[in-house]
Amino acid sequence: MDKKATRDGFGEGLLALGDTHPDVVALSGDLEDSARASAFKKKYPERFFSVGIAEQDAVGTAAGLAMEGKIPYVCSFAQFITGKTLEQLRMAVCYQNVPVKVIGSHGGLSVGADGATAEALEEFTHMRSLPRMTVIAPCDALEAKRAAIAIADWPAPVFMRLGRAPVNFITSESTPFEIGKANVMRDGADLTIVACGQMVEHSLLAADTLAGQGIQARVINLHTIKPIDAEKIIAAAKETGAILTVEEHNVLGGMGSAVAEVVVQNHPVPMRFHGIQDTFGTSGDPADLLKAFKLMPEDIVSEAQELLKLKQSFSVAK
Amino acid sequence: MSPSPQVSELKQVANELRKTILKTIAHAGSGHPGGSLSMVELIVGLYWYALKHDPKNPEWSERDILLLSKGHACPAQYTAMAYQGYFPMEELKTLRRYPTRLQGHPERGKLPGIEMSSGSLGQGLSMANGIAMADRLNKRDRRIYCIMGDGEIQEGQVWEAAMTAPHHNLSSVTAIVDANQLQQNGPVKNNQGIEPLADKWKAFGWHTIEIDGQDIEQVIKAYDECKTIKDKPQAIIARTKKGAGVSFMELNPAWHGVAPKPDELEKALAELEAAAN
Repeated sequence: MDKKATRDGFGEGLLALGDTHPDVVALSGDLEDSARASAFKKKYPERFFSVGIAEQDAVGTAAGLAMEGKIPYVCSFAQFITGKTLEQLRMAVCYQNVPVKVIGSHGGLSVGADGATAEALEEFTHMRSLPRMTVIAPCDALEAKRAAIAIADWPAPVFMRLGRAPVNFITSESTPFEIGKANVMRDGADLTIVACGQMVEHSLLAADTLAGQGIQARVINLHTIKPIDAEKIIAAAKETGAILTVEEHNVLGGMGSAVAEVVVQNHPVPMRFHGIQDTFGTSGDPADLLKAFKLMPEDIVSEAQELLKLKQSFSVAK
Repeated sequence: MSPSPQVSELKQVANELRKTILKTIAHAGSGHPGGSLSMVELIVGLYWYALKHDPKNPEWSERDILLLSKGHACPAQYTAMAYQGYFPMEELKTLRRYPTRLQGHPERGKLPGIEMSSGSLGQGLSMANGIAMADRLNKRDRRIYCIMGDGEIQEGQVWEAAMTAPHHNLSSVTAIVDANQLQQNGPVKNNQGIEPLADKWKAFGWHTIEIDGQDIEQVIKAYDECKTIKDKPQAIIARTKKGAGVSFMELNPAWHGVAPKPDELEKALAELEAAAN
């Protein structure tokens, strides 16, 4: 199947909701095309609200709509709709506990040429620190479509990260998708790679390479970063004894940190955190950027090998 | 000309509320008397006159919505709600005390009749707009009032929302600016000037009414006028005095966020008592 961006999958899901969920509405500040809400806007013009380039007001307005029973999808760039609005998301959305769906396209480095200001690399950290907020990062366009539909009936605020660049399909209609339930995409007993977004595919490719070296890696698609699937992570720690986390995001406070919070309190095992090492993005072709920031399958293989050395030294020390 | 029976009655209510607000804040030991006192007439004009509401049925589907965006002034709202019968007067004594329903700043869902959480300034008008948009989709005909402070409207989000409401023709929204002239550290004009207020709201596309917000007759007339405007949102610029009604609190920034001590309370109550007679 051809590649497709997760934002495109989201757009299909939102459009489908127009028919099945009359209370779903959408808002955007001149980024409805980028966030793929334009098809919904065209088909349901009375349920789409243009709110100008004003993210704080967009979030507040969405909260007001949600206070009256609507299910608002507020669509923008991930960086702007979480970065400029942390306070609005905190008080108007999470503190009030209204089910606003915050849709952030252009997450990670896949923004590419536009460069660092639009490349969201810290939003998992911010969003998961908000009480009541659910945080989702789909791995392909199909999962993004299913997540877009699933969050409509999820009675909580949600942040969902989408990517701009087309990515391969690694799930199918038969792959389970349930908010808060991680998917084991490949089994293995030597180590576990936990990833989200596009890094799931790269981790699966890395696992193929590792298998050629006689190393069996379990790969978990942690599409829901919060609420986290503690059960599957604890099982992975117990059964594989080492965990590598991979994310297109700052390693400080992101998905890897969320995994570590579960691991260290339940079954401590050696871990490595692979992702953006506390730095900003830059301009370039998305594929070149993923190479430059060492987020390619071969980089994940190297990380896995380093982790296995650590695992080895730990077991020797015991 | 002597005021109509209704106006003189509302004046009495305002005087009574001021006394209870101060007693309530004094009992809590902390709170914001200045901004509570300045908006007493605005609140009385709503709960006793303009606002469609039912204290015995706070979720009444036809009710109007009141959003207190300047959440620190909630003692005035809580006091009005207690007099209206939303909850027992006795409960005012729990203000700010764990595990109270009367939070230091209002919390939606905690106390029936509180429609919005606030305390982080500048956010209420956006939510008012969102509610008005939902009402339009739900074919619900009612009004949404949002009270803001003059210091509060230094927040940029207020002006984002001020552009949104006219753009979407949200004529069910009434913005009320309690222009009490002071913010925490002194006069608004010294901190960051916001004038000319009426011109600004007019320029943003609002039907704008400027009144003496301490004059209950002007307040209810403004509310009446707003109900007749069907083509744009309305802004009421209420010129008020922070700490209104108590001589030593009036226009004194020291009374932004401290509770009166027993002797100060006594003095204030005596003044209000004298003013009532």
